[in-house]
Amino acid sequence: MSQVTTRRRRGSRLASGERLALTGPGLLYLTVFMAVPLVLVLVYAFFQRGRFGGIVWTPTLDNFVRALDPVYVSVLGSSLVIAGITTLLAVLLGYPVAYGIAKLPARWRTVALVLVVLPFWTNFLIRTYAWIVLLNSEGPFNKALLGLGIVDEPLGLLYTPGAVIVGLLYAYLPLMILPLYASIERLDPQLREAASNLGATPWRTFRDVTLPLTFPGVLTGCLFVFVPSLGNFVVPELLGGGKTVMVGNLIRDQFLKARDWPFGATLAIVVIAFLVLLFVLQSWASRRVSGGGRDA
Amino acid sequence: MRSLGWLRLPMVVTYVFLYLPILVLVVLSFNASKQPFTWGGFSTKWYAELAGNAEVLQGLGNTLIVAVGATVLSTALGTLLAVGLHRHSKSNLLDAYALVPAILPDLVLGIGLLVLFTLVSMTLGLYSVLLAHVVFGMAFVTAVVRARLTQVDPSLEEASRDLGAGQVSTFLRITVPGLMPAIVAGALLAFTLSLDEFVIAFFTNGPSSPTLPIVIYSMVRFGVTPEINALASILMLVSFTAVISAQRLTRLTDTV
Repeated sequence: MSQVTTRRRRGSRLASGERLALTGPGLLYLTVFMAVPLVLVLVYAFFQRGRFGGIVWTPTLDNFVRALDPVYVSVLGSSLVIAGITTLLAVLLGYPVAYGIAKLPARWRTVALVLVVLPFWTNFLIRTYAWIVLLNSEGPFNKALLGLGIVDEPLGLLYTPGAVIVGLLYAYLPLMILPLYASIERLDPQLREAASNLGATPWRTFRDVTLPLTFPGVLTGCLFVFVPSLGNFVVPELLGGGKTVMVGNLIRDQFLKARDWPFGATLAIVVIAFLVLLFVLQSWASRRVSGGGRDA
Repeated sequence: MRSLGWLRLPMVVTYVFLYLPILVLVVLSFNASKQPFTWGGFSTKWYAELAGNAEVLQGLGNTLIVAVGATVLSTALGTLLAVGLHRHSKSNLLDAYALVPAILPDLVLGIGLLVLFTLVSMTLGLYSVLLAHVVFGMAFVTAVVRARLTQVDPSLEEASRDLGAGQVSTFLRITVPGLMPAIVAGALLAFTLSLDEFVIAFFTNGPSSPTLPIVIYSMVRFGVTPEINALASILMLVSFTAVISAQRLTRLTDTV
């Protein structure tokens, strides 16, 4: 009996030693270089700025009061609108594409998916730069429009909010299509067959069966597009030409130009708060769907 | 394919949308004219010019140092973490924790690390970028290896231990070789991500050691040049090759 307990104890000590050796380094690394920095950003938001950057350890709520200034609220508002429109366009374009890919024969599906993901893995600056080239007043789009006689003068496409939205959509559309595809592909085809056998029109089948069941995928995709769009500062700078300022630009400027780190941290906290809220909504909604549909 | 019907329209639009900009850049990179938008015949001179651009070459060197270092560290930490989580994790909480870097906005991680490094009075340089890149590199390696682990037969490891091999030797001789396609795929993804990463490097970089994306950033802010087009084409070729290799390796993982 006692021998068994000793062995068991030794076994569990071995297991916990192994567990520490395997997960310890990685979890420690994540804690030092991810969790601690996040906590620091949170802490900085509640203190005063130092004279030359950095921080003075006097607690204050001034940063949050300042964030309510109409100047900053309007930038946050327009960032939410731009990220929102980008997300909406991504759903409208991404859903039929994901649906189409799921309908392809198996061997074409992988190719189609890899082709969706491939641009996403190339340099983000270069993908944005490509749109500077395309939308330029002397660029291919304007050349084509002029050549076809559709316009008499080159259109000012670049440095507009529309250019920013196109740039963000280009950058993050793959992140919409992938989760949508995953949820559509998992769908049991018999459910749709049953609906149409019972006399539902294709539209009704889509509205009452396909869409509700793939809704968690829609939400995940929206999150994947909305989150990086909201915090982006490169696309507004390169394609918005400084005229379309988003909250990411403000945060960047507070850290690298104005050197007001506590206020920059405060703006970052506001952004994170929005994102956490969205994550909570998303997991709530997908639990509702997986927990038995509308009646649950 | 015929059953796709009207779905073909959004699909064609999307693939054109995704690949037209890339195609335009590649075509313009072979433009002989110095005017970026006027075709002056075929030429590879911008590629040659690129090879003599000291700033680009220095950036490339810095980027490779960071990417190789970050990949080695990410792969080691991520593989250990994935195996540890697979064997011992009882809740999903730690799994979620290991994946946070993949969804965390890069801007937030960038400023957080800048604050941390400044607080401990660390001079910013290539190693601070390297440390930062390991955070998300590790998340991707962990995710890819973790997925592969669900398909590995544990009886091999048990047999190895029953035959008297120690834990470390079982890990190195049985566990790691079995996971190799996933480890290599994860490493390739970590390498590609680090190679292209701009935002976090922008915040954690020292002024004297710009990585290639930072050099590109300063170039594209001044407008369109054929030289950037050439650089863009090369970088896209590198990323495409790495990602397609990683994809083939993980598909290997799926079928084995």
